[in-house]
Amino acid sequence: MATIRLKKGYDLNLKGRIVDPAIVSSEKSALYAIVPDDFVGLTPRMDKREGDHVSAGEALFHDKTFEQIQVTSPVSGVVKEVRRGQRRHIDAIVIEPDGQNTMVKHDTGGDALSVMLASGLWAMLRQRPYDIVPSPDVRPRDIFVTGFDSAPLAPDLMVVLGDDKQYINKGVDVLKSLTDGDVYLGFKPDEALDVPGAVVNTFKGPHPAGNAGVQVANIKPVNKGEVVWTLDIVTLARIGRLFTTGTVSYDTVVAVTGECADQPHYVRATMGCQMSSLLGNADHSGCRIISGNALSGWRVEADGFLRAPYRHVTMIPEVSKADEFMGWASLCPSRFSIYRTFTSWLAGKREVSMDARIKGGERAIVRTDEYDDMLPMDIYAEFLIKAIITFDIDKMEQLGIYEVAPEDFALAEYACTSKLELQRIVREGLDRLRNEMS
Amino acid sequence: MKALRKYMDKIKPQFMPGGRLAKLQSVYDGMETFLFTPNTTSQSGAHIHDGNDLKRTMITVVVALLPCLLFAMYNIGYQHYLAIGQADASFWSMFIFGLVAMLPCIVVSYAVGLGIEFVGAQIHHKEIQEGFLVSGILIPLIVPINTPLWMVAVATAFAVIFAKEVFGGTGMNIFNVALVTRAFLFFAYPSHMSGDKAFVKTDAAFGLGDGTVTDAFTGATPLGQIATHVGDTLQLNNVVGEPISTCDAFTGLIAGSPGETSMIAILIGAAILLLTGIASWRIMCSVFVGGLAMGALVHAFATPTYAASMLDPLSQLCYGGFAFAAVFMATDPVTGARTHIGQYVYGFLIGVFAILIRVYNGGYPEGAMLAILLMNAFAPLIDHCVVSFNIKRRARRVAVK
Repeated sequence: MATIRLKKGYDLNLKGRIVDPAIVSSEKSALYAIVPDDFVGLTPRMDKREGDHVSAGEALFHDKTFEQIQVTSPVSGVVKEVRRGQRRHIDAIVIEPDGQNTMVKHDTGGDALSVMLASGLWAMLRQRPYDIVPSPDVRPRDIFVTGFDSAPLAPDLMVVLGDDKQYINKGVDVLKSLTDGDVYLGFKPDEALDVPGAVVNTFKGPHPAGNAGVQVANIKPVNKGEVVWTLDIVTLARIGRLFTTGTVSYDTVVAVTGECADQPHYVRATMGCQMSSLLGNADHSGCRIISGNALSGWRVEADGFLRAPYRHVTMIPEVSKADEFMGWASLCPSRFSIYRTFTSWLAGKREVSMDARIKGGERAIVRTDEYDDMLPMDIYAEFLIKAIITFDIDKMEQLGIYEVAPEDFALAEYACTSKLELQRIVREGLDRLRNEMS
Repeated sequence: MKALRKYMDKIKPQFMPGGRLAKLQSVYDGMETFLFTPNTTSQSGAHIHDGNDLKRTMITVVVALLPCLLFAMYNIGYQHYLAIGQADASFWSMFIFGLVAMLPCIVVSYAVGLGIEFVGAQIHHKEIQEGFLVSGILIPLIVPINTPLWMVAVATAFAVIFAKEVFGGTGMNIFNVALVTRAFLFFAYPSHMSGDKAFVKTDAAFGLGDGTVTDAFTGATPLGQIATHVGDTLQLNNVVGEPISTCDAFTGLIAGSPGETSMIAILIGAAILLLTGIASWRIMCSVFVGGLAMGALVHAFATPTYAASMLDPLSQLCYGGFAFAAVFMATDPVTGARTHIGQYVYGFLIGVFAILIRVYNGGYPEGAMLAILLMNAFAPLIDHCVVSFNIKRRARRVAVK
């Protein structure tokens, strides 16, 4: 077991962390929904229509290119609505539960690949390059499992995992049969589990140490032409459970965190549940509800649904100080910045309040090092971003586009003085590149 | 503040497209974002953003320049009263003389520069950018005090248009705007930029400090004296012919461009820039290292033919604009090298070239300006080389496999 020390990055100490790791049960969710956009790279083709009955684990839709890739329903019930947006884009598939809880049972005796595909767990995997759902016809060089989430206010994955730890060994066995390389597990130093068959590393350092991309880059970076898979340890346990019991578990533990959450706590829930079942019926106006972490999560409404990876909700104020007078000139230590241009560093390390304001206009890149200091990879982040903006394919490849995902730039986006939308730039760059390459 | 907010909201429609003052929309937007942090919230990607923005960054640089500016005002007054034989004038009369003498230049620099930025922003329908906040204060600090205001205006306009706006504005320029202003003046009006008459204000400023210069007066800066020096022993004098030492250059009570004379004020500014992390310590330190190394080298081969080589390395750093350029100009992130290794190379070469030009080129008593402009041109090349190491390392990874 090797320990890898990462110096770059930053741990944002937001208000609203969970103090008591006790898990409470959620209220019953009236509706559930799966959002196809959570499964980047898939073009959904519906298997079920409105009014059709589905069992938990039955396919809702499959991918247009690889028809074997399916996304399954987390509950048994009736497809209530297929919400469509512009140009018939499927926004969400809403299911009304019938309370029967009929489950699809898979025969796990066959070859692991087809079981994974049929179970829907395949869609929970990601591949580098492009950070998309992997294509089934490529055998990955290696598989990387992240054992902790380092994002601001992120849940402790060991709590989310709970008793499912027992399935990890089985999960590793299954993954090993899907690659000719190794299965790597990356843990926090004090949480490392000894898993036979897997290569275990521990990562010491601030966020984004828990990101798959960062772990891959510091163990065995992705080169052009190579494919690796990434997943988190919760998904790994789900795979192990599937191959032990024959059923997929859609239960999850969600950390409800953030300044606006009353009593941040863990909730036991089911994937795709309604936000209101997690948050209660309190008034959440003036507050931004994020499914995921504050850096790379999705913004959802109070009547919206929990989105992948189904384990974290962050609530922050939308605008905590409207019409702030000459905020750029502030000498007040409570105006937080990770830079010493503001006086907040004088107040020492403490929990800080942060709202959704951008706090500045978009500019050309002026300051140096801002991105590099937030990205512990052997990559010149700023040069890569510039190559993506100009869509210079050769330069993008040379500078390491295949190693990164949008979430790796989330912290840099937070820190950017010029307020550039780095995650959007990287996502669009990856999508365009994938189109060019296929 | 509520009343102000209300007033801004009330006049807003006039500045919007279709309004009476729609042509001034960028000016309005600029004022509004200046007064109130926008309430716009994140719509894509990260939901939280750091409090730091370009306004804060630029204003911090301006704050770092304040010690130089205040000292410059005092020193202009000091040199003036020394020249007219009233060295016993009070601190405040010196300071106020300098303030009055510098103010027109500051006003012209900001008015011309920001005016062009406002027009540019309106033409391109962009927000007004903050880059000129720093350039506008740098310019009065680096042009000689006796430069006619119309020259400052012409040079500033040239620099803002041809060194910045044509490249796309703040963050896109290749050459440091303030230095282009200085270089334009230097090459277009050489007689006003050097010699005895440029650096000490001898006539009255708005009626203040009337008097006639003493017979002993020479307005040459130390480096100006070196450039015209003949003979084996080098002795530098102040404006009334009394000897000065490196110690005087360190405190700054010598003739020179307004901002450059005092090492103490510059070091305070450097401390602010480094503490807040705005300037790259790699560039700043390596400029000084390069200057010291080259200074030691030329001093080792000191010859009366090149009088500047008789200065010891530390004096090289204290005289002229070297330190000011190292702290405030070389560290401009937009025109400098952006990779860490590149920053070492970039800074070191600036230090080397500044001393090299100063010592061995008789035509230019000071080399820091040209050294930085030269290295501005090479910064992208340096970065290209450094990045190509990374590219090669990545390519080799594939080859090894």
